[in-house]
Amino acid sequence: MRKKYISVAALAASAALALSACSPSSTGNGGGETTGGGETQAGGDSVRIGIKFDQPGLGFREGSGDPTGFDVDVAKYVAGELGYAEDDIEWVQTPSANRENALEGGEVDMIFATYSITDERKQRVDFAGPYFVAGQDLLVRQDDTEITGPDALDGKNLCSVTGSTSAQRIKDEYSEGVNLVEQGGYAECVTYLESGQVDAVTTDDIILAGLAATPENSGKFKVVGNPFTVERYGVGLPKDSDQCQAVNDAITKMKEEGAWEEALTKNTEGTGYTPDQKLNDGPEAELESCDA
Amino acid sequence: MNGFLELFAEYDILGAFWMNIRLTVLAAIGSFVLGTVLAVFRISPVGSLRAIGTSYVNVVRNTPLTIIMVLGVLAVWGQLKIEFFDDFALNFFTYAVIALSLYHASFVCEAIRSGVNTVPQGQAEAARAIGLSFLPAARVVVLPQALRGAITPLGNTLIALTKNTTVAAAASVAEASGLMKSMIEFNPNLMIYIFLTIAIGFCIIVIPMGILTTWLSDKLAVAR
Repeated sequence: MRKKYISVAALAASAALALSACSPSSTGNGGGETTGGGETQAGGDSVRIGIKFDQPGLGFREGSGDPTGFDVDVAKYVAGELGYAEDDIEWVQTPSANRENALEGGEVDMIFATYSITDERKQRVDFAGPYFVAGQDLLVRQDDTEITGPDALDGKNLCSVTGSTSAQRIKDEYSEGVNLVEQGGYAECVTYLESGQVDAVTTDDIILAGLAATPENSGKFKVVGNPFTVERYGVGLPKDSDQCQAVNDAITKMKEEGAWEEALTKNTEGTGYTPDQKLNDGPEAELESCDA
Repeated sequence: MNGFLELFAEYDILGAFWMNIRLTVLAAIGSFVLGTVLAVFRISPVGSLRAIGTSYVNVVRNTPLTIIMVLGVLAVWGQLKIEFFDDFALNFFTYAVIALSLYHASFVCEAIRSGVNTVPQGQAEAARAIGLSFLPAARVVVLPQALRGAITPLGNTLIALTKNTTVAAAASVAEASGLMKSMIEFNPNLMIYIFLTIAIGFCIIVIPMGILTTWLSDKLAVAR
């Protein structure tokens, strides 16, 4: 009988582990306090910022080191403008599927994680920004001259990540004869691109540039530079947040001061990538209104 | 209710579940055949065959399915460049079926072996006494009784297999869990509906399997 209880306890423990693996993992940066259900809201002495941990050039963190990337740099600047020192920032991993839940559950105060502003998402969260306007593009091998855009992919192999329709969009709207591979992450796609099993990888241009700029990939790949969608990266905030205007002001200031440009150059160095000027100066870059 | 309609209008949910069902059926057949062969290995009088059966079961049963699935795509397709079909979707579907079959064969083998243990020793001895050698004795006398005794564990394995088909997303197969990711990515406003759709979908597939298993195991039990 005793054995049975032990196994039930073990089962419960493993179930708890499995469940906690699904929620954003939070790691303290300065104070090292562990956060539970959302006891400190913005305005306390520390701020919890949700980023990706697995996107080099945007939001990337190895082990418990300092996160790096463009999203991280913008987040640091904005947090600075809101009155938080860098040590007060607690970085929390927010994978794509978990971003709305993390904001609603109070696990993070704001999210900088390649978070495109869409109407569907606005039903659950508020957005400030955008702080960057990206577009879907293609990553190809450095010596590839055939693939110039989404309509040059007939008969080619294309890799993207499960749970995004970005590859499907190419098949539906541009090149019907493209072969799609969907993988768990972009790192796998890049491996295939290198081994020659796929000819292109597709997602937002800045994510591709970040992948191509990592030391191990440097010089092997290039971004085609022919974006064919508009993705406005916003700052995710909890519904009815009072921080929206302050974040917008910080973004405007960051662009005016040149810190924005600097962060962008630093994180995409050596890929020949330049963000689409027209998009980032045009009406697409207009800040969200905070009146809602 | 509108949330469900919106989801079904926008996404091919039935198509995705149909993919899970096809994976289940083909992998069930594949793993049953391989598992039966392994079970015969494990009960055979030849020592080296028993060793092969035992090592296969112990190695494969203790390897996570995701690893086997990713190995199929990352190593076999990505690096070794072995392709079964020119058609991409069919190619990855084949990888997924093979990975699922290889993995679940070890569980099927153990289920059948547990069934073999329900067959009294005297049955095998009687088979030998009338002049049957090992294979005919296994085929005509032992395995038919063993399978009837193994229906419940086989049913459990089938149910596990059904749910494990979601791992095929790692092999680029467009099935329900991959679709769920897309739906959450693009329609977070319908989160509850997405969750319920996928959960209920799997219940609809799995619950009849459980009922059928129970019914069959009662009906086919060997009266002793």
